[in-house]
Amino acid sequence: MLLRHTPKEVKEREGLTINPAKTCQPIGAMYAALGIHGCLPHSHGSQGCCSYHRSTLTRHYKEPVMAATSSFTEGASVFGGQANLLQSIETIFAVYDPDIIAVHSTCLSETIGDDLQQITKKAKDDSKIPEGKYVIYASTPSFIGSHITGYANMVTGMAEQFSVSTGEKKDQVNIVAGWMEPSDMREIKDISKAMGAKIVLFPDTSDVLDAPQTGKHEIYPKGGVTVEELKSTGDSKCSLALGCISAEPAAIALDKKHKVPFETLDMPIGLSATDRFIMSLSKAAGVKVPAEITAARGRLVDVMADMEQYFHGKKVALFGDPDQLIPLVEFLLDLNMKPVHIVSGTPGQRFEKRMKEVLVRAPGANFKNGLNADMFLLHQWIKNEPVDLLIGNTYGKYIARDEDIPFIRFGFPILDRIGHSYFPNVGYNGALRLVEKILSVLMDRQDRTALEEKFELVM
Amino acid sequence: MEAKIHLPDPSLIKEELINRYPAKVAKKRSKSIVINDPETIPEVQANVRTVPGIITQRGCSYAGCKGVVLGPTRDIVNITHGPIGCSFYSWLTRRNQTRPENPTDANYITYCFSTDMQEENIVFGGEKKLKQAIQEAYDLFHPKAIAIFSTCPVGLIGDDVHAASREMKEKLGDCNVFGFSCEGYRGVSQSAGHHIANNGVFKHMVGNNNTPAEGKFKLNLLGEYNIGGDAFEIERLFEKCGITLVASFSGNSTVGAIENSHMADLNVILCHRSINYMGDMMETKYGIPWMKVNFVGAESSAKSLRKIAEYFGDAGLKARVEEVIAEEMPKVKAIVDEIRPRTEGKTAMLFVGGSRAHHYQDLFTELGMTTVAAGYEFAHRDDYEGREVLPNIKIDADSKNIEELKVTADPVLYNPRKSEAELEELKAKGLEINGYEGMMKQMASKSLVIDDVSHYESEKLIELYKPDIFCAGIKEKYVVQKMGVPLKQLHSYDYGGPYTGFEGAVNFYKDIDRMVNNPVWKLIKAPWEKENTEALEASYGA
Repeated sequence: MLLRHTPKEVKEREGLTINPAKTCQPIGAMYAALGIHGCLPHSHGSQGCCSYHRSTLTRHYKEPVMAATSSFTEGASVFGGQANLLQSIETIFAVYDPDIIAVHSTCLSETIGDDLQQITKKAKDDSKIPEGKYVIYASTPSFIGSHITGYANMVTGMAEQFSVSTGEKKDQVNIVAGWMEPSDMREIKDISKAMGAKIVLFPDTSDVLDAPQTGKHEIYPKGGVTVEELKSTGDSKCSLALGCISAEPAAIALDKKHKVPFETLDMPIGLSATDRFIMSLSKAAGVKVPAEITAARGRLVDVMADMEQYFHGKKVALFGDPDQLIPLVEFLLDLNMKPVHIVSGTPGQRFEKRMKEVLVRAPGANFKNGLNADMFLLHQWIKNEPVDLLIGNTYGKYIARDEDIPFIRFGFPILDRIGHSYFPNVGYNGALRLVEKILSVLMDRQDRTALEEKFELVM
Repeated sequence: MEAKIHLPDPSLIKEELINRYPAKVAKKRSKSIVINDPETIPEVQANVRTVPGIITQRGCSYAGCKGVVLGPTRDIVNITHGPIGCSFYSWLTRRNQTRPENPTDANYITYCFSTDMQEENIVFGGEKKLKQAIQEAYDLFHPKAIAIFSTCPVGLIGDDVHAASREMKEKLGDCNVFGFSCEGYRGVSQSAGHHIANNGVFKHMVGNNNTPAEGKFKLNLLGEYNIGGDAFEIERLFEKCGITLVASFSGNSTVGAIENSHMADLNVILCHRSINYMGDMMETKYGIPWMKVNFVGAESSAKSLRKIAEYFGDAGLKARVEEVIAEEMPKVKAIVDEIRPRTEGKTAMLFVGGSRAHHYQDLFTELGMTTVAAGYEFAHRDDYEGREVLPNIKIDADSKNIEELKVTADPVLYNPRKSEAELEELKAKGLEINGYEGMMKQMASKSLVIDDVSHYESEKLIELYKPDIFCAGIKEKYVVQKMGVPLKQLHSYDYGGPYTGFEGAVNFYKDIDRMVNNPVWKLIKAPWEKENTEALEASYGA
């Protein structure tokens, strides 16, 4: 057994986290920053942070993930990291010539109290930032929240630090992407285009982390939200935040700074959440829903109806990130499945409240988030009440194999399969893909374990 | 030694590599970029701070300590004391394979343990939570050992992981608990973490069990981490030859084996950089000599087995080693003869590790390929220039912060396995006893040696040399491949391997052949993007 020491009996833990269902803030900030065109993310801390984040993102995307580090040594840790950051800014602009450097902090620089606002201001005052170039920052202490918090903080940083209001409103809607894949961001843009809605999507990692093979490495690939677009977000008529944890803070920042009203939505994963997104976008952008979107929805519902017998009553265990889990659980309920165990390492009352609202339709489901809500606990829950399906990131494969559970990779990180960066989970097409995946693993299981006389040709 | 292929003028290339840098950076980098001369061995600046912002391959001390050295031992519960990230990123990502004898034997490699420090722990201290975590780990698993790894904030807020470990060790009674001050900011790279790990393992584990080890030819395997099953292949060869492996540091190892390792009669070192401290300390305290060997490459493996036999000086062992080599080599030769015509004359670059960039050159040589440029990510001058430069290495502030253990001969257990005269005799026979000649003596004249290569330099090198293959790690993998050059990961082996010994050599030859001759590299341009596209002409089927 791969996880041979995991006992069935659940005992409360307070000190020890085992097999976490989260990671730390800075990697989220790095991912978000890659969604700005011409931006080099910069990790203000020890080299290891940057190396670990780049490695994890690279394994997930199988793509170049460029980022620099302040390379703290013991001296910097004692005397402060200002000199390291100033040197970094100088080196990066000279050697790599980005339009923007997006600096995020780490537990190290936060513990010693480095003030990124003050240091970046000093860089500007000392003329270390070339004309027309930018350095933005986000405070991302690893000892608060999770990678999702770090993503939200960097997205908020880009909104706050770039947005301007010219006094003249633009006929456009901001869409703040919660932590989703480049494929999902591309799908949001495609849906908006189909609806004729003018949007600014940020961040946008499509055409960055799914770049084509051309024989040339582009350190700043074609994609990413541009500075001009980010500036214009202050003039947009409203914002739609796709995710109450990872996207809403940026929308709030724009409201506070430029009075851009916002609506917070669940990430459009599954039927109901996509319905709400389409309705809200239609209203916000003042456009009608075109027939092709209605048809896409119809195709999804058609499959859900035709295959309903295979979903009904199937027990599901899930782990992952709040803004993805909430609509996914809702979708499983729409499919008549039974989410029974859910964990997420990401803390937050908003998350708990929203998940509990969704789980009203799933009485008795186990749900825990925040401290000690880890995959060890999830595994123990599964041992106590077995499930038919496990959904989560690649680390779930150890539980899936030990307990022999059909497994769908979903979330971050996915280290052992491709597809997540190319095929969306959001929108009706994304939901159809999820339905196909769920059906495939459940039916493969049936095909593998059915008695010979019960082996079905047609399913 | 001159390279068989034509190399571009290296001084011009060096110029190209640094001319975009700000003056100070250029000056610093130029000392780490050296045109090789295997006869005179020029000095390479190494193990110095990376220029902030330059985009380095390097990681941190924690990665070197927990990730590299301690990670592979299966029955230690390794608890990371810090915010969640460090434990998460080092969870199963180094492919340290392990093979417990029984299905119920302890194996915690698949688990990730962390104290998940929160803001209140940073403000008010995290020792209480750490002790609680140790207690919970003990209650759940009753492991033989629990190791604690400090992340950056731990040192800054003054948590004493060593005191907490001592207290818990005493409290628990039957569990060895010890801590490592391997905060990420220590030193300039993973290398500091290796040293810290060596110190801790030596202090807290080696020597805990004095039961004499069984076997006639007993050795420890140092600096082999069983990535992709490398240690399994070496274990297979030892077993075939009748050599007893007492302990491995640390691939496929157990606490029990490491505690008993001082009962061996020889330490063989594979990765000099990460484990040479252990070799030195065990020699001083127990009188066990260490010898540099290399099991990467078929010829090198054969040579290393012969050296081991020579060390033990036993005619029977020597004969058995020759039999094993005679048995293994023909299979390797058959494969290499088949593949070599397709790899001959091709070029490679290796920028990785503290040892791999040297030893993997042997495999490329066996394929008839030339290494045109190489360098380490976190090595020291001795890994480039050979250990004879050790007395001349200036100890800077960053190295001074890493503890040097004061080791003396053990009053009871010190037992020199060989006399000074015997060791001198073995050295005269070419055995690298307590020595390592480094990478540069083996590399062609005019090849480039670059320490801590930056992203900018790597891209330039590829542009200028157009190598047939580039060897580095995951962060570089897809950058280089986007340029149309295959990249072989030499940390994770692209999830393949093993690459050690005879079977490993065959695996490597096949992988390199597949990579450099893969048709995909010719498919990058769409037909309409190719130059000299002929005008579209109508054609009709006959």
